[in-house]
Amino acid sequence: MRLTVRHVTHYRFAAPVRGAVQSHRLIPADCEGQTILDWRVEVEGALWGAAFRDGAGDQVRTMVLRGPVSEIEVAITGEVETTDTAGVLRGHREAVPPLAYRRTTRLTRPDKPIAELARAALEGREDAADLDRAHALAAAVARAIAYAPGETHASTTAAEALAQGAGVCQDHAQVLIAAASVAGLPARYVTGYLNATEDGTPHEASHAWAELHVEGLGWVGFDPANKCCTNEHYIRVGSGLDAEDAAPIRGVTRGGADEVLEVTVAVEAAQQ
Amino acid sequence: MGAETGAAMSEAFNEMYDGGALRAPYRALETWRRTMPAELRALKQTEAEALFRRFGITFAVYGEGGDPDRLMPFDMFPRVFTATEWRRLERGIKQRARALNAFLADIYDRGEIVRAGRIPAGIVYCNEAYEIAVAGHRPPLGVYSHIVGIDIVRTGPEEFYVLEDNCRTPSGVSYMLENREIMMRMFPQLFQEMRIAPVDGYARLLKRTLASAAPSKCAGDPCIVVLTPGPYNSAYYEHSFLADLMGVELVEGQDLFVEGDFVWMRTTEGPQKVDVIYRRIDDAFLDPLCFRPDSALGVPGLMNVYRSGGVSICSAPGAGVADDKAVYVFVPEMIRFYLGEEPLLSNVPTWRCSEPDDLAYVLAHLDELVVKEVHGSGGYGMLIGPKADAATREAFAARLRESPANYIAQPTLALSSCPTFVDEGVAPRHVDLRPFCLVGETVELVPGGLTRVALTEGSLVVNSSQGGGVKDTWVIAE
Amino acid sequence: MLSRTAANLYWIARYLERAETTARLLDVGHRNTLLPSTGGGFRNEWAAILQAMGAAGRFAEKFGTETRQRDIETFLVFDLDNPSSVGACLSAARENARIVRTALTTQVWDAINGSWQEFRNLQRRERSQIALPDLTDWATRVTALVRGAIEATQLRDDGYHFLNLGYALERADNTARLLDVKYYVLLPSISYVGSGLDTYQWTTLLRALSAHRAYNWAYGGELTASRIAHFLILNRLFPRSLLSCAGLANESLEHLARGYGRSTPAQEAARHLLAELAEAKVEEVFDEGLHEFLTRFIAENAGLGQAVHDAYLTGEAR
Repeated sequence: MRLTVRHVTHYRFAAPVRGAVQSHRLIPADCEGQTILDWRVEVEGALWGAAFRDGAGDQVRTMVLRGPVSEIEVAITGEVETTDTAGVLRGHREAVPPLAYRRTTRLTRPDKPIAELARAALEGREDAADLDRAHALAAAVARAIAYAPGETHASTTAAEALAQGAGVCQDHAQVLIAAASVAGLPARYVTGYLNATEDGTPHEASHAWAELHVEGLGWVGFDPANKCCTNEHYIRVGSGLDAEDAAPIRGVTRGGADEVLEVTVAVEAAQQ
Repeated sequence: MGAETGAAMSEAFNEMYDGGALRAPYRALETWRRTMPAELRALKQTEAEALFRRFGITFAVYGEGGDPDRLMPFDMFPRVFTATEWRRLERGIKQRARALNAFLADIYDRGEIVRAGRIPAGIVYCNEAYEIAVAGHRPPLGVYSHIVGIDIVRTGPEEFYVLEDNCRTPSGVSYMLENREIMMRMFPQLFQEMRIAPVDGYARLLKRTLASAAPSKCAGDPCIVVLTPGPYNSAYYEHSFLADLMGVELVEGQDLFVEGDFVWMRTTEGPQKVDVIYRRIDDAFLDPLCFRPDSALGVPGLMNVYRSGGVSICSAPGAGVADDKAVYVFVPEMIRFYLGEEPLLSNVPTWRCSEPDDLAYVLAHLDELVVKEVHGSGGYGMLIGPKADAATREAFAARLRESPANYIAQPTLALSSCPTFVDEGVAPRHVDLRPFCLVGETVELVPGGLTRVALTEGSLVVNSSQGGGVKDTWVIAE
Repeated sequence: MLSRTAANLYWIARYLERAETTARLLDVGHRNTLLPSTGGGFRNEWAAILQAMGAAGRFAEKFGTETRQRDIETFLVFDLDNPSSVGACLSAARENARIVRTALTTQVWDAINGSWQEFRNLQRRERSQIALPDLTDWATRVTALVRGAIEATQLRDDGYHFLNLGYALERADNTARLLDVKYYVLLPSISYVGSGLDTYQWTTLLRALSAHRAYNWAYGGELTASRIAHFLILNRLFPRSLLSCAGLANESLEHLARGYGRSTPAQEAARHLLAELAEAKVEEVFDEGLHEFLTRFIAENAGLGQAVHDAYLTGEAR
């Protein structure tokens, strides 16, 4: 499937700031099931730093704006050819051993209810293959958290999200990571895009899910928000330990002022 | 850190009087001590303190009330090693520093030692100090830890043990240099009599080591800076002292910024490119765009420049995994694996409480063991079994059962003692040693180090935060 | 040199000069209280001093509206919450010095550190045992000691010029303000111009600037507004005159431009300020109005300060 992406992130500052530095993890990498045909990230007036591929195989680049800056517009346009690999990540060049993703963070630390959720999901599956256990965990997380925008925010922890029983893709992904850690499965947070046009139901086009490391298969993408593994409707961009670590844009400004953030994203199947 | 192990003073090896006989390296000091009138000693002690104050050699302690600028207690009685003793230590220390760096270069690359099954993968990769952000990045020369502080204790004429390794930003070298400076001013005749190997080459060697770590993109003389958290840090004096000795700028995060492919320093002549950062701040605070987003001490974007080869950071981010107490157990294995040599310095036998058998042993022998937190430092969060009462041991046992992987245990060693000035004259006090090994194009060690002394009688804790002091450390020249 | 280091040096000088000015203002106030009451006129010199420092509000918050000498003394010398107090300025100078310890000679550090230690000792003494003139003498003495140590021992590198810049800008500001205080705040009304009170206040002002004898030598002793204005604004020999301060600022900036091989808007601003003062005549000052002239000068001097900041102290100038 050929997918096109148009993603604009717009920061507006109440008062001009003296300068801005951002670290971008916005460029998807080629792997099996995903071929990048065209991808551009544009910021007017940007001074770009050297791009490099980090240990997890993501492309990272620094963007600097000299002050005074009153707004920043990060515009992404891209076209990607995708195929369904049943969620399995293959042909992705990375140096980080999966075991490094056994650790949890402030956002993904499991509390007792998450541990309980994981135990219940895995009951009777103690000797099952990793893949079955991963599916069971993803299903349990999907059942436990209803999709409800506005109930949680960027720094809601997995424990808080489960307690609320509602959240968005970020919460689904982080609770799944927390549950996987209870089961001893390496897991990580993945950001990317989802083509929402197929079944007409509303999705967040800028999307997040989790990858669990499964013995024998490697990393497999699970999207509890949509109760499926990732497929040709997904474009994988970057990963990290949690939403903060994997954030596509991390930035600071000098001479901070209140900022207003607007994001518009469209992912569509290209006209063939 | 800390020599928190030990036994009764009577069993301890006395470095000056072995079984009552005066040991050779201390011969001149015995006369010096005997012939020094008490008044002169008091006078010299006052003079030393005045000198420390005057040089501004204090460690700042904020938030505890009292004078924030405190003096490190200084004991004038030097600790002496013979040339032979030192040669052995030097070889062992350098060997260890090389192995630790080989280990770091390996685990951020192919992880051969893990693949070979010589160290459990979980201990390395599940470790919080393993930085995912630098996996796959090879720093210049493949060196991660450019300054390795190795804490060593002695239990007999020939017995030395490594208590722990410090691969991140070991502190204390300014005391090594200033203690010597002050001893030379106060007791020049001792130096004329005893031929003590000088340590003042340290700053030059440090600068050379840092320069050798410059990125390959750097042409000409590299611009080196020392990055400090600022004047409120307890080791600020040392940061400023080292920058001054090397003749490089002492910077805070706010003095640096990232633009294009490089890191720049804000100067009165405009931005100046920085090539090597000798950082004295923790990984977590280096870059809010990579690590803790609330860090105001770091430089936004620094890690991106580092990973694309625009700047070197010493010690490299991620170096901390090598000095973890759970990893410590495997250092002898690293020496065999990477260098094909037998370790010249021994580890203290260590039980890893994460292993059920070890845990059972530790719980059964709590009254004989010292139990430490895997990630702890400064002598906090540990149990000295023989000195603790039953209730304390019981409480600690509960914590051990709760999270065994957080703890290791070691036997109580009979830590050596060294003569130390006390109110009544001279008495033995327990000591440890921290030499500073420099790793760059070459591996260097100045003949000396920081000797820390537990000033309280019978105490085994040498940490300055808990009543420890320092001594000058002498190596007799060959 | 690191921009932050330059900023620390610059601020050490500014704080020390400010400490000195506060002490001198205290002296002016004190001497004025010794004057017999003029009856019916504006009598509270202390209120005038606070107003001149822009600190009347802060004082009232802490001590109420009545201005007792002991409270003023506490406020202007010992109160570390008052950023212009002698103590607060010495503390800020020392803190800046501690950060750039290695950019200072031992003598300069000793002098700055010593002034702070002496202040701490004074703090511990019974207040009634300290006469106010002794306090101001002490403050001017310790600041002079630091200045002397700088002159005698600091290398004449860029750091030295940043110290001098700090002194020059702060001193110019202070002289202009003191003069303005005398003319527009202290005197009860315009009808007092030329009166005994007027003369007494001029003398006090000159004394506060350690300048009354110098004035007598230079102008033959007769006190008139225009001569004093000439002395404090345009005299090349008096080190606190606005012209001398602008000269020092200009000279320091020229050294920096030569050393760095690069001129900045700060040099331009300093040259402009100096040229204007060098050509000015005292009659023109009075034609413009002394207060108006001083207000404009204070703004231009602050503009020069901003230019120095932008060119050197942020490290962002390219």
